[in-house]
Amino acid sequence: MSTGATPSKYRIKVDHDQCMLCERCIDNCSYGVFRREGQKIAVDSHKCTACHRCIAMCPRDAIELEEKPNDYRSHPVWTREAREAIYKQANSGQIILSGMGNALDYPIIFDRLVLDACQVTNPSIDPLREPMELRTYLGKKPRQIVLDRTKKGDYDLKTKLSPNLMLETPVMIGHMSYGAISLNAQLSMAKAVSELGTFMGTGEGGLHKDLYPYQNHMIVQVASGRFGVDINYLERGSAIEIKIGQGAKPGIGGHLPGEKVEEDVSKTRMIPLHSDAISPAPHHDIYSIEDLAQLVRSLKEATEWKKPVFVKIAAVHNVAAIAAGIARSSADAVVIDGFRGGTGAAPRVFRDHVGIPIEAAIAAVDEKLRHQGIRNEVSLIASGGIRDSADLTKAIALGADAVYIGTAALIAMGCRVCGSCYRGLCPWGIATQRPELVSRINPDEASKNVANLIKGWTLELAELMGAAGINSLESLRGNRDRLRGYMLDEEMMKVLDVKMIGA
Amino acid sequence: MCGIISVIDRLGNSMNGEAIKKALSLMNERGSGEGAGYAVYGAYPDFADYYALHLFYDNLVEPKVAVEELLEKWGKIEHSEEIPTYSKGRMLKKHIPWRYFFKPDTSLFASSESLEEDIIISLITRINTKVNGALVYSSGKNIGVFKASGWPEEVADFYRIQDYEGYLWLAHNRYPTNTSGWWGGAHPFNLLDWSVIHNGEITSYGTNKRYLESFGYKCTMLTDTEVVAYLADLLGRRHELPPEMMVKALAPPFWDEIDEMSGKDRDIYTALRMAYGPAMMNGPFAIVVARPDYIAGFTDRIKLRPMVAAESGDRLYISSEEAAIRTMEPNLENIWMPDAGEPVIGRLRR
Ligand code: SF4
Ligand code: SF4
Repeated sequence: MSTGATPSKYRIKVDHDQCMLCERCIDNCSYGVFRREGQKIAVDSHKCTACHRCIAMCPRDAIELEEKPNDYRSHPVWTREAREAIYKQANSGQIILSGMGNALDYPIIFDRLVLDACQVTNPSIDPLREPMELRTYLGKKPRQIVLDRTKKGDYDLKTKLSPNLMLETPVMIGHMSYGAISLNAQLSMAKAVSELGTFMGTGEGGLHKDLYPYQNHMIVQVASGRFGVDINYLERGSAIEIKIGQGAKPGIGGHLPGEKVEEDVSKTRMIPLHSDAISPAPHHDIYSIEDLAQLVRSLKEATEWKKPVFVKIAAVHNVAAIAAGIARSSADAVVIDGFRGGTGAAPRVFRDHVGIPIEAAIAAVDEKLRHQGIRNEVSLIASGGIRDSADLTKAIALGADAVYIGTAALIAMGCRVCGSCYRGLCPWGIATQRPELVSRINPDEASKNVANLIKGWTLELAELMGAAGINSLESLRGNRDRLRGYMLDEEMMKVLDVKMIGA
Repeated sequence: MCGIISVIDRLGNSMNGEAIKKALSLMNERGSGEGAGYAVYGAYPDFADYYALHLFYDNLVEPKVAVEELLEKWGKIEHSEEIPTYSKGRMLKKHIPWRYFFKPDTSLFASSESLEEDIIISLITRINTKVNGALVYSSGKNIGVFKASGWPEEVADFYRIQDYEGYLWLAHNRYPTNTSGWWGGAHPFNLLDWSVIHNGEITSYGTNKRYLESFGYKCTMLTDTEVVAYLADLLGRRHELPPEMMVKALAPPFWDEIDEMSGKDRDIYTALRMAYGPAMMNGPFAIVVARPDYIAGFTDRIKLRPMVAAESGDRLYISSEEAAIRTMEPNLENIWMPDAGEPVIGRLRR
């Protein structure tokens, strides 16, 4: 290897004066950073992923982590990442894999949008005293309501409503499959969404029987690998989502390595034990928009038109036109996943360079659907890099009906965004199938953390709406007049259809 | 703040503008002397089949020539005259109010369900966006809007509002915040059959406006009152909702209330909210919308602006203040404060 070893990314130091030799760090580190040498804890910093498990578990606060202890000579073009990618590929000749979302330093549009509040001319509304409505329905809506006057003088409803999902808060948890994450992680999230009156996605890993009690709050996914799909699965879900693409890796499929396909995963996915689960890039029965429309109809037919069917696409350049095409099928909602969306494993070059940010995608799709006069007939779900209630509120003001969160829900269960999910050794018991690691999550406790997070965001959303003099989510949706651009360029503000601060 | 008052004679008997002028002036505390206006239905019986187009001209040269050229191209001007005004004190003729009685030529336009009205709307949009120094602010058949910058009594005297007669009146006293002093910004807002008076601010404007645009409406007037007229037109005329259900779509019951309803009502209100969520109006408001056959008054869902209603014989009154109604009619049979979001509807019975 002519390139030699690259410097370690992190340096771990143990303060031996503080250390009580309890060995918790050794037990907790699934990457093998720590070992005991006589009366000392010795470390191998090279193996560290900065997952912070040891730091969180050390009773003596004896562990110190430093990022990039030995940096390269700084250079604006040949960054550390650029150089290390070359060393890696010079040695492997392979595609570089990485975890979590887009790691390049693009400006975050959400952070350049500011929200409005009332002063004097209209009163703000106090959510503690007045009703604040966050309920939202996802699914097809009629364009118009037809009422018939009866002899008694009241009305009969002539319009037939399509099945919709009723959400008590516009925050759902996105699709993370069993296999990519552990059953305990899924269980924790399922309990949380059931308690809160919202929903989560199964991902394309099938629906484990332990999740059946929560099925009324689960959206089952049909992806290109069709893993775990049978009529039982479709009927259990409260809605069905066809996954065409994902923001972290638009245009390519997925790959769950055989090591992760242990017995339960193989049963749930309905594939042989330890076989690689490969989801092809396109669905092999979808080569055009009318093929998609057919699949939407087939799924509806199979479930007797009782379930809403969503279609998820990655936010790519032409996202608005594609979404308009989907909206014209029988699909009930379009899910747009922005380029900051997380993932267990994606080729780095895709994760960082393909797709567009969710903010612009929401704006473009919402506008296109409006121009075609069909916006309110189909729902728009946004995902990919929603970090807090401010992002949530702005996403809705730009035009989304609801959001999916992914990474944020994992962080609520301990995830430290170390980006090593694809290695299957997640020390927090999330992105792993090893029983000793999975058992680190107690679903009763973790579900409380996830529920708390969504509750906290929901309270903040209610406060933000009240301050803006709005007491119902419908009046925030697409209300871009309540946003202003701060340090955004003119063209970007045109795309977002927002005014500049001060205007 | 703003003050509003409206009256309908349900048998269609005429009233002149004297009483409503007094009533509106009584609410001067609610205005700032920068805008007031009156709308009267039944104003032009001699031209009842023609669209009465009221315009403000900045001068009688370029804008007037341009407007008349447009009108003559698309139809026939039956009658054209300056609206009589009487300047006094600070009430100067800052714009020249003009009226045309006009009939569009339907053979010139691509076919649609409401051909005449579509031509009128497209002409109004064209004049208001393209012709400098001209603004159409009233366009209904047999309907006249009279408004300007000034106190209610000043504006009334400017037009001699007492000389007009009609079976349905709306009046508005303005405390402007976003378009101060602009004559076009005064209420009532009118478009064809619809007129609106509005006290408040619509915090859902951005959502409502974008929803309306997807049905082909263009919001050009810089005022949130415009969206109320278009929403009423979309739900009340194009979607044919009866007025009380239209109000229930614009200011719907809370989900908690809907959940408590019996089966049939629950379905209706759930459907209304699902289909018309983007039409729902938020923010503090009390509004009266009028059409030739009814007035409908309602407030926002938590009643952040006042509204009282009263009856005396065939007349139904809706106003910001009880005192204003009593000025018009001291002998009321019935007076009440409608609940938040509850519509008060006065229908013409003739
Ligand atoms: S967890 Fe902390 S105290 Fe325990 S052995 Fe490791 S460094 Fe020492
Ligand atoms: S899920 Fe686990 S492995 Fe993945 S980023 Fe979070 S902590 Fe790291």
